[in-house]
Amino acid sequence: MFGNLSDRLIETFKNLRSKGKLSPADIDATLREIRRALLEADVALEVVKNFTTAVRDRALGDEVSKALNPAQQVVQIVNEELVKILGGEQRKLAFAKTAPTVIMLAGLQGSGKTTLAGKLAKWLKDQGQTPILVAADLQRPNAVNQLQVVGERIGVPVFAPEPGNGIGNPVSVAKDSIKHAKQKMFSVVIVDTAGRLGIDEELMAQAKDIRKAVDPDEVLFVIDSMIGQDAVNVAKAFDDGVGITGVVLTKLDGDARGGAALSVASVTGKPILFASNGEGMDAFEPFYPDRMASRILDMGDVLTLIEQTQKNFDESEARAMAEKLAKDTFTLEDFLDQMQQLKKMGSLKSMLAMMPGAGQMRNQLENFDEREIVRTEAIIRSMTPAERRQPKLLNGSRRSRIAKGSGMTVTDVNSLVNRFEQAAKMMKTVAKGGVPQMPGMPGMPGMGGGFMGGKSKAKGKDKKGSKSGNPAKRAAEEAARALGQKPGEAQSGSGSAFGLGK
Amino acid sequence: MAFLFWKKKRAAEVEASVPEVESIPENISVEIAPEVVEIPFEISAESVPVAQIEELPVAPSAPVKAVPVELEAVELPKRSSRKGIRSLFSRIKFDLENLDDLEETLIQADFGLDASVAIVAAVKDRAKRQGAKTESDLKQILVEVIAESLENPAKALNLSDGNTPYVLLVVGVNGVGKTTTIGKLSKWLVQGGFKVLIGAADTFRAAAVDQVATWAERAGASLVRPKQEGQDPASVAFEATEEALVTSSDILIIDTAGRLQNKADLMNELDKIRRVIEKKATIAEVLLVIDATTGQNGLAQAKAFTEVAKVTGVVLTKLDGTAKGGIVYSIQQELGIPVKLVGVGEGIDDFAFFDAQEFASGLVGQEG
Repeated sequence: MFGNLSDRLIETFKNLRSKGKLSPADIDATLREIRRALLEADVALEVVKNFTTAVRDRALGDEVSKALNPAQQVVQIVNEELVKILGGEQRKLAFAKTAPTVIMLAGLQGSGKTTLAGKLAKWLKDQGQTPILVAADLQRPNAVNQLQVVGERIGVPVFAPEPGNGIGNPVSVAKDSIKHAKQKMFSVVIVDTAGRLGIDEELMAQAKDIRKAVDPDEVLFVIDSMIGQDAVNVAKAFDDGVGITGVVLTKLDGDARGGAALSVASVTGKPILFASNGEGMDAFEPFYPDRMASRILDMGDVLTLIEQTQKNFDESEARAMAEKLAKDTFTLEDFLDQMQQLKKMGSLKSMLAMMPGAGQMRNQLENFDEREIVRTEAIIRSMTPAERRQPKLLNGSRRSRIAKGSGMTVTDVNSLVNRFEQAAKMMKTVAKGGVPQMPGMPGMPGMGGGFMGGKSKAKGKDKKGSKSGNPAKRAAEEAARALGQKPGEAQSGSGSAFGLGK
Repeated sequence: MAFLFWKKKRAAEVEASVPEVESIPENISVEIAPEVVEIPFEISAESVPVAQIEELPVAPSAPVKAVPVELEAVELPKRSSRKGIRSLFSRIKFDLENLDDLEETLIQADFGLDASVAIVAAVKDRAKRQGAKTESDLKQILVEVIAESLENPAKALNLSDGNTPYVLLVVGVNGVGKTTTIGKLSKWLVQGGFKVLIGAADTFRAAAVDQVATWAERAGASLVRPKQEGQDPASVAFEATEEALVTSSDILIIDTAGRLQNKADLMNELDKIRRVIEKKATIAEVLLVIDATTGQNGLAQAKAFTEVAKVTGVVLTKLDGTAKGGIVYSIQQELGIPVKLVGVGEGIDDFAFFDAQEFASGLVGQEG
């Protein structure tokens, strides 16, 4: 695979460092890389062209030539321009002055409308609204059924007077749903419509009719983040055909870079309101332009990472852990706890992949075996509580018993105990505020701090300031500051377990 | 262009099989070569009315079976993908000076930057050697370059070794059209006289089982449902495989839940589905369904699914839209996985074998 944009730009800028100044030729070379990155991220070609022209104009201006580090300045311009397009017109969901608020969903087949309808309803319900779902997809086999099951799961009623599978008129269903909602005092009506192609005139006319029938406050265009160049055509067709007021990006939990977001935002000028990012009904959040910009450029998604860590890592536990570390009472039991905390956060690989510059350690990531954690857990669980508290008890016969009990070899047990002792030592240093010596583990421990350290170390060789140039990183630093010391503690606790993994 | 398939002969069908073949609307020719497993042939007016053969030796690729199986030929109704593909060159002028535009056009068809550059280079090179100048010459060269790269000897469905049930495992990310594909494919195979069983192993998504049940009914295929809600999909697949053996079905199609390729747990689940089926039967095809609108992520999908599920072919769906599905070019180039089938609409018959030549000339907008 290709490295990410940051990696490639660093490569491009290598020759530059001696000069310190960007010539137009340098900028063009940079823009070629940016063009490539955007195309690989599936940003539509016409959007890429306009975009690189805009970046070029700014990059040739004063702000770059006078900057201390022109290379990073260019990256920042790229990022700013991206955010400008993605978030130019950021706004919240529009509610009607008098209930019910009507939200209509439209999009291609398989973009995720029905699932999204459920997520949106759940989100609104959690905010104290009383939503109702309307089954106006009478085309796809059992779409009505699916919506009913979804409604049941989230505890939201579904208006489904027609069985679907080609039977019934979606326009009249939509019309009746509004009457129904008014009668029963629902505050929000979410109309799920059938998937349709932008070039299908008949179905586009039908969508327009539904729109007329329900007079929606929002027409949300639902689009799969894996879509390629066709995003522009589709978005245009829906905007012209139905008239959309906002965009929802789905399946962002995949590994597509989601350049479609940029294409759609730039072609329609309509704001992206939400992002849907998982199988669960809660996997739904407002759209963050800055994060999307970083994702498209593959510059890491530090903010999401920090949030995820925070959400899942129990703060008080982290605090207790830090105290233990300081008092030198860290035991294998704590070690086990830590590992369970780590598992809550999801796959380590995917966590690390969110880090900026992760491309530089992609190979290490590929080779990391997540099952290692399971094995380690098995070994610790085969110990008696006394042994877990006092690893010094572990003599040869105990070790061979543990090996048998966990299905591992004595060598595995030995290496775990060794790693544990090293880790305990290392973590003590961290807890006391020192910098740990970690031979052979460059930058791995410490989800945030440690890794960042690793990165700036690498850059340090070039004797260039790297404090603020990378916007994603700077944002992370700011976020960390805003969050106080808490994530730092959490990170030192969780990260070390990873360091032990291998 | 069509293919010939074989299924095991049932005693009751020996008499019935002749009218069955005759009932197919298109004009058909059937050639029989007992040694050859798949036979591409041209549709011609004269038809050779040999529709069954006795004691065909088991093809060498099939796992050894003690008793040679009696096979009979199956001809599927002729379908064309032509109506689905829209030309790339409705807007741009196509001449030797404008080959840079060609690169951009290909990028816009989701071929990807590297593949587009490579194709343009190949076209330039060939045009120079052949001294091609006119637009139609250049188009012809472009068609050749794309078609040659997409051509794959293994493009026919592997329904020929007589090793029934032919198990088709259908996989892909969410919302690409797996279930619809299964519905269309079942209808087609049922029309061809195959006995088709579908295993509804998407136990995750709401009402997915009902959806595939509706398709099964429309197609005239049987269905194995999960016994309870949220049942382990692998166990459904296993039960379906057993059922297929008991009922001596010709074809078993397993529907799986959509899964994003970066979700390790879901990919492990798929691996398990594959393994339990293989305990009882040989998997004839693992079909990866890819939405034609998919961008460069399609390659990542193909890589991940191939690693876990050993994908043998791609089904390119939704070609009736404005998307061109250029990503299949990279998939074929990098992974050698052929496109086998295409979906061109929501109707149950909007489905065809993939034909590289047809696809390429459709893209380029070449007549004929």
